[in-house]
Amino acid sequence: MNDDADRLDRDRRHFLTIATAVTGLAGAGVAAIPFLSSLKPSARAQALGAPVEVPVGSMQPGEMVRVLWRGKLVFVLRRSEDMLDRLPDVVDQLRDPNSEVVEQQPQYAANGFRSVRPEFLVVEGSCTHLGCAPIQDFEVRPSENWEGGFFCPCHGSKFDLAGRVFKGVPAPTNLRVPPHRFVSDDLILIGQDTGAA
Amino acid sequence: MARIEAEVGKPQGGFMKWIDDRFPFTETMKYHATEYYASKNFNIWYVFGVLAMVVLVIQLLTGIFLTMNYKPAAAEAFASVEYIMRDVEWGWLIRYMHSTGASFFFIVVYLHMFRAMLYGSYKKPRELIWLIGMLIFFVLIAEAFAGYLLPWGQMSYWGAQVIISLFGAIPGIGEALVEIIRGDYSISDITLNRFFALHVIALPLALIALVFVHIVALHEVGSNNPDGVDIKKHKSPDGVPLDGVAFHPYHTSKDLVAIIVFLIIFSGVVFFAPEMGGYFIEHANFEPANMTATPEHIAPVWYFTPFYAILRAVPDKLGGAILMAAAVLLPVFLPWLDRARVKSIRYRGWIYRSALGTFAVTFLVLGWLGTMPAEGIYVNAARIFTALYFAFFLLMPYYTTVDKTKPVPDRVVYHG
Repeated sequence: MNDDADRLDRDRRHFLTIATAVTGLAGAGVAAIPFLSSLKPSARAQALGAPVEVPVGSMQPGEMVRVLWRGKLVFVLRRSEDMLDRLPDVVDQLRDPNSEVVEQQPQYAANGFRSVRPEFLVVEGSCTHLGCAPIQDFEVRPSENWEGGFFCPCHGSKFDLAGRVFKGVPAPTNLRVPPHRFVSDDLILIGQDTGAA
Repeated sequence: MARIEAEVGKPQGGFMKWIDDRFPFTETMKYHATEYYASKNFNIWYVFGVLAMVVLVIQLLTGIFLTMNYKPAAAEAFASVEYIMRDVEWGWLIRYMHSTGASFFFIVVYLHMFRAMLYGSYKKPRELIWLIGMLIFFVLIAEAFAGYLLPWGQMSYWGAQVIISLFGAIPGIGEALVEIIRGDYSISDITLNRFFALHVIALPLALIALVFVHIVALHEVGSNNPDGVDIKKHKSPDGVPLDGVAFHPYHTSKDLVAIIVFLIIFSGVVFFAPEMGGYFIEHANFEPANMTATPEHIAPVWYFTPFYAILRAVPDKLGGAILMAAAVLLPVFLPWLDRARVKSIRYRGWIYRSALGTFAVTFLVLGWLGTMPAEGIYVNAARIFTALYFAFFLLMPYYTTVDKTKPVPDRVVYHG
């Protein structure tokens, strides 16, 4: 009798140890959810990420404005006829001239101009390498084989006047085109491309 | 328990005995200080561990006082640092001690790590001390990076932008991970707030815990020495290593000299060159963060530039990120990459001596290249030195096997 009471049921112990550990781990996993979720953009951050309106009626050809959408820099460039004419010239120096990387632009900007209307280019001013803001450099310098575009000061990536990335630079993809649409002829809404304004 | 009961009503042994019956105070002091024996032939390379602790204390103390005046909000952060510098009594001193302390932390830690490479301190039985040390190094990197965002200057903002974007290079989860790190769609007030939390509580706690474990592990196996011999092999009849002297008072008094010399140099920088020509505090950081314009020339603080040079040497986003991560992680494997049977550089052959010398120069040159613009000759040079950096680690199993070593003495010796 005493012998029986002192004898350990090792199988039973082993089972209980495993069962307790698994239950405990599951509990810890569930308890981690609120903490991890709290790291995601909050409701306020999402609300502040609301679309922004950019009046473009008074922009001159060749003029560019910088706006912030969701804290991100967005370039709106009104390209001149001359600028648009030069776009095809650099195609063979580009990594993705036909905008084949789908996530870099909405479907409606996956064309030769990377825009809804040819003259208005809307791109995020964030280098696809490591996020620096590219510098506008629209001056044509044939001696340097430069047709105008954007240059990133951090690591030397180059983009053309449609935000298309050149070969041989660290940036892997074209500048991203944010969702946007024309509310009217002279008003662009950045951050939303469907529904009423 | 039994001991206490037996002595109830018999007040003898005094206060220390009362404590020692309840907490192993005297025992701990003996184990870690007055009867912890470390080799008597330590040289100057052996002061950097203690100095790292001194800098840690400086950073904790100055950090606490900075927190009392700093505001972790995008709208107020930059101005609150200016406020500390101009309006808080002695605020400039506390802030310069903290910013200088960050750079000195890395100087001291890099020298401490180099000491381990000189004398094979990472080799058996001290592999775990080395691994814990590398963990401390990683936490220190995170701590420094999080702290650098807090002044909310141009370099704070764009430096964080570049480094956080690195995580975006991870295929699949990259973009989602970046959003979780920032807590927003761009680096914002929210990001600043959480980096503040990491910088003042989460990472320092981890740092202190790891330093504690680092020392416990060290005292378990005993300190290495410049000869790389085991001093426990020859003990006096009462069990004291013949080549060892007690950590306290012998090594502590020697360390005190090092601490004083260190503080003289540290004060020199704090008082006369706190910006160190733009290396300790970068010039672009005197402008508040501007989301619409990246500074013309962007470089991390000097202690990250060797790794930054490696990142920029690769003309590919993912490739650069992988190579940089590998460069930071590779030293972890030193205890297993190094196949030599001797520990100390004193008894190694010419191959390891030249390899380690080349590595030291490579690290310094990469550091310099990382501060230069990413153009032409600098990028090409960075590629060559990146290759040398990796060759040092990856070829190590081979060259440490074929290298001719000298016989190691039985007891420690004195040189000069």
